[in-house]
Amino acid sequence: MSTVERLTVPDLLGRNTYEVDEVEAHIAIDAAVCATCAEKPCISVCPAQLYAVAPDGVVTFDHAGCLECGTCRIVCVTGGIVRWTYPRGSYGVRYRQG
Amino acid sequence: MTGAAEDAVDVIVVGAGPAGIACAFRLARAGRTVVLVERGTSAGSKNVSGGRLYTYALEAVEAGLAAQAPWERSVVREQVMVMDGERSLTVSLAGGPASTPGLPTSVTVLRARFDEWFAGKAEEAGALLATGIMVDSLIEEGGRIVGIRAGGEEMRAGVVVAADGVSSVLARAAGLVGELSAEAVGVGVKEVIALDASVIEDRFAVGQGEGAATLMLGCTDGVHGGGFLYTNAASVSLGVVASPAGLSGSGRTVHEMLQALKGHPGVRPLIAGGHTLEYAAHLVREDGWRGVPRRLTREGFLVTGEAAGFVLNLGYTVRGMDLALLSGIAAAEAIVAGGDLEHAYRAALGRSGLSATMRAVRGYDDLLQIPRLYRMYPGLALDLAGSIFEVGPEVPRPVRRRVHAALRANHLPLRTVLRDGLVGVRSV
Ligand SMILES: Cc1cc2nc3c(=O)[nH]c(=O)nc-3n(C[C@H](O)[C@H](O)[C@H](O)COP(=O)(O)OP(=O)(O)OC[C@H]3O[C@@H](n4cnc5c(N)ncnc54)[C@H](O)[C@@H]3O)c2cc1C
Ligand code: SF4
Repeated sequence: MSTVERLTVPDLLGRNTYEVDEVEAHIAIDAAVCATCAEKPCISVCPAQLYAVAPDGVVTFDHAGCLECGTCRIVCVTGGIVRWTYPRGSYGVRYRQG
Repeated sequence: MTGAAEDAVDVIVVGAGPAGIACAFRLARAGRTVVLVERGTSAGSKNVSGGRLYTYALEAVEAGLAAQAPWERSVVREQVMVMDGERSLTVSLAGGPASTPGLPTSVTVLRARFDEWFAGKAEEAGALLATGIMVDSLIEEGGRIVGIRAGGEEMRAGVVVAADGVSSVLARAAGLVGELSAEAVGVGVKEVIALDASVIEDRFAVGQGEGAATLMLGCTDGVHGGGFLYTNAASVSLGVVASPAGLSGSGRTVHEMLQALKGHPGVRPLIAGGHTLEYAAHLVREDGWRGVPRRLTREGFLVTGEAAGFVLNLGYTVRGMDLALLSGIAAAEAIVAGGDLEHAYRAALGRSGLSATMRAVRGYDDLLQIPRLYRMYPGLALDLAGSIFEVGPEVPRPVRRRVHAALRANHLPLRTVLRDGLVGVRSV
């Protein structure tokens, strides 16, 4: 019997349709503030794994695969997420199933 | 769009989810000019749910709607699966009368399809649907909300309805709700996995067009949350919801929980051979009646649906879409009634039974707050169930001894179980 594959997050995001806003990022972080955050909850809660700590210790973020769930915004206590909105109208993820 | 007052519409509804669409539909039916603004390119393209809709609420919008809705399958099998490690215990309930004759009590839906259809119904009723527009802020004049701003343009209305969902930017901007706390919500992830219709019917032991709703406990690594599996026409929706507060700093992630769930011996055979079509994530309110703000309106402004906290997570089912529909209807009735908006809205919510429904299950929050529910009790249930089927050469131990052994193995003192049991009894 074949089994459903275990998928990595990038693989999962690859199944989705996006209209990526190349001009404007709807979420922005201030890496200097993030550097002072001990817990960095965003890294474990983001279901799209868009937050990461680079080898040099700097927090990075990529808005392109965002699922627009809003979880990072509510767990960010240090204030490193300096901007959180939805993408501009008609940009972002486009669920075909939902 | 224009700022001139003479071009203003009666009502702007922000958000084409079930709450906003129901509200716009009823307002249009009542002869009001209404614009339904949605940030997605089509209604539903930003929306995610587990997938079960109770049909009574759609019928409350207008009789006959449920039969036309593009639902996936009628739910004829209710299941609860308790998991611990590789083990699982499933309770499966089938049969029972429908609440409305000729209609299934609940059906599964995929939101991209369902919301788009429903928004089309509101358009047919006379509402103007404006998609691809993200509302940025509210226009306030002399303490009254008089319109919205979107992409640098303004649009005015007698009343603005915020039906913008769980993260409601507008209800916050209006000062009716504060910041969402990480304890008040669950973060849900879900995969829609394609499977042949006949395979689904075989695996879930249902007939053509029929389906199952399965809720799971014990698949969140001890974090407050659970799993769900709903059957669609030619796919299944498999997901996990977990508390962001519980996940933060725990090293556990909700997407890993979902991948582990796919490989669980209790789930794997049900989805084997399937192909993942889509991966989605969304928040859902979990604070029940406590999460509903004290004021739901301001002059010229009203909040409805999940933006107003109208969701119930009962553990064995989530009721967000039906309560969104009921609250959207109540919002429309309040606007049509005129006079004091808060008073009219509360009255309409009371008539629909929504407030009473939410208050009636208040104790469930206490039950679902018991941390042992997410690891120790699943373990206990499986140890006890497993011990019944244990057969070997040795003489079986008396039941009492087995219970004690199971309690000890799961680090559960008897008095804790009794105390939790009391919370459970009080909650129902
Ligand atoms: C994982 C998961 C499983 C669930 N399972 C179930 C279930 O099985 N059954 C059930 O009944 N409920 C379920 N729910 C809950 C249910 O999905 C929601 O409670 C329900 O969709 C709320 O409806 P709504 O109309 O209030 O908001 P939404 O459906 O969220 O609609 C809000 C709309 O507003 C739009 N919007 C938001 N902001 C703006 C803006 N600024 N400008 C323009 N448009 C905007 C959004 O794009 C969206 O279309 C689940 C939720 C999740 C996350
Ligand atoms: S909104 Fe959700 S998917 Fe997007 S970055 Fe934040 S947590 Fe990740």
